[in-house]
Amino acid sequence: MNDDHGSIFDGLLGGDSSQWAFGTDFEDPLAGVDTTTPDGVDPAELAAYCLMLGDDALIMSQRLSEWCSRAPDLEEDIALANMALDLLGQARLLLARAAAADPRVVPGLPEGSPVPPEDALAFFRDDRAFRNVRLAEVANGDFAHVVVRLLLFSTARLALLERLCVSRDHVLAAVAAKGVKEVAYHRDWAGRWFVTLARGTEESRRRLLAALDALWPLQAELVAPHPLEHSLALAGVGVDPVSLRDPVDAVFGQVLTAAGLDRPERAPLAGVGGRTGRDGLHTEALSLLLAEMQVVARAHPMGRW
Amino acid sequence: MTTRRPATGGTASARRAVEAAGRVRDPEMPMLTLADLGVLRGVEVVRDAEGGEVVIASITPTYTGCPAMATMRDDLVHRLNDAGFARVEVRVVLDPPWSSDWISERGRAALRAAGLSAPGPAPRRTGPVPLTLGPPRSAPPCPRCGSAATRLTSEFGATACKALYSCTGCLEPFEHVKEI
Repeated sequence: MNDDHGSIFDGLLGGDSSQWAFGTDFEDPLAGVDTTTPDGVDPAELAAYCLMLGDDALIMSQRLSEWCSRAPDLEEDIALANMALDLLGQARLLLARAAAADPRVVPGLPEGSPVPPEDALAFFRDDRAFRNVRLAEVANGDFAHVVVRLLLFSTARLALLERLCVSRDHVLAAVAAKGVKEVAYHRDWAGRWFVTLARGTEESRRRLLAALDALWPLQAELVAPHPLEHSLALAGVGVDPVSLRDPVDAVFGQVLTAAGLDRPERAPLAGVGGRTGRDGLHTEALSLLLAEMQVVARAHPMGRW
Repeated sequence: MTTRRPATGGTASARRAVEAAGRVRDPEMPMLTLADLGVLRGVEVVRDAEGGEVVIASITPTYTGCPAMATMRDDLVHRLNDAGFARVEVRVVLDPPWSSDWISERGRAALRAAGLSAPGPAPRRTGPVPLTLGPPRSAPPCPRCGSAATRLTSEFGATACKALYSCTGCLEPFEHVKEI
């Protein structure tokens, strides 16, 4: 065997830019995948929809990764990092799919910049261009907070991905089919910890209830009607979030019963002038999150890593 | 994109490409080849408009966020270069999604020989995924001592595709490749 390139340091020696340019991965995560927009679908709408689902995953992933080295024990630290990685993978494909559907969504970068489209979307958009639900962006709290947030988020996302498997868009259908397998684990993890904390000590129950009280108002955005999602659902490409309400409620009912808790009675967090996270209206928490997530990339738009 | 046609009379080089790609090992679980893991979905040799040989290898991620994809791509390119193919394209296949059922018998034996527990049959569902609040499923036997008395430590392990167990018989921890 010729071992000219057997050393792990070869990539550092220059020449092969694909090895280290802006992340260490494929130039195009959808290389060889058919990214034609399905008939009768507006590419701009498809791109905006992919940003919604991709931004949910990206921002949630960033919040989960902030837990790295801070979880109560090593196993949960690894679990949270694993879930962050799954969601980051989903975000990458969804943002790449958005860029392929409508390149106009990708922020402009200096001529010759090695930043691929999905990274440009992640690192060079301002807060108002993000279309994630506000549940994903609020700052981390204690361990009960991450458990409750993951339960609310992954229950809706799993229900959504299950329906998205039959999307007329082949990329969305493929991302969904894979995502179902991953998010099922996330939801089980969150559900088990939810019950454990609720039935644990007085202190763990108190913290769980506080997290539930704080996050419940943010859950409604995941299943709220939105004209864009409605339109893409009619086109057989997307899923109307309203159709997720029954299956999501059924899962919450199961968890709350096992935890010995009543359903929280908190009104949904209001939008402003009818606008919510899906329309680019966010809390201050997103600006702070993006400042940290984007600072290195923005400082070096021509950088090779 | 140039027009391409399958290599004619190139069965020998196709066989050589398949063999070279088939020897590439998984970067995280080097006891397995990519073929044994079920990640290598296809290898073909085509000719471009000028008649030059191009190898097209297709791989699929085990999990969407699998960070080893770039290494797999580079390893495939390098090993195929070594086998005399100057031009190699590695493509991603997303559909159908990877299943642990695709791990070959040889791969399962290699996992066991390395002290890892091989996955059982992947769940097949028709309806919605049921919520599992209890212990997930029957625990796998210990790959070291064979004891059935094992318990789940975490459903998330050092790589996305593995869970952590420990054996209450020999007291050793072990990794189990998850059924998906």
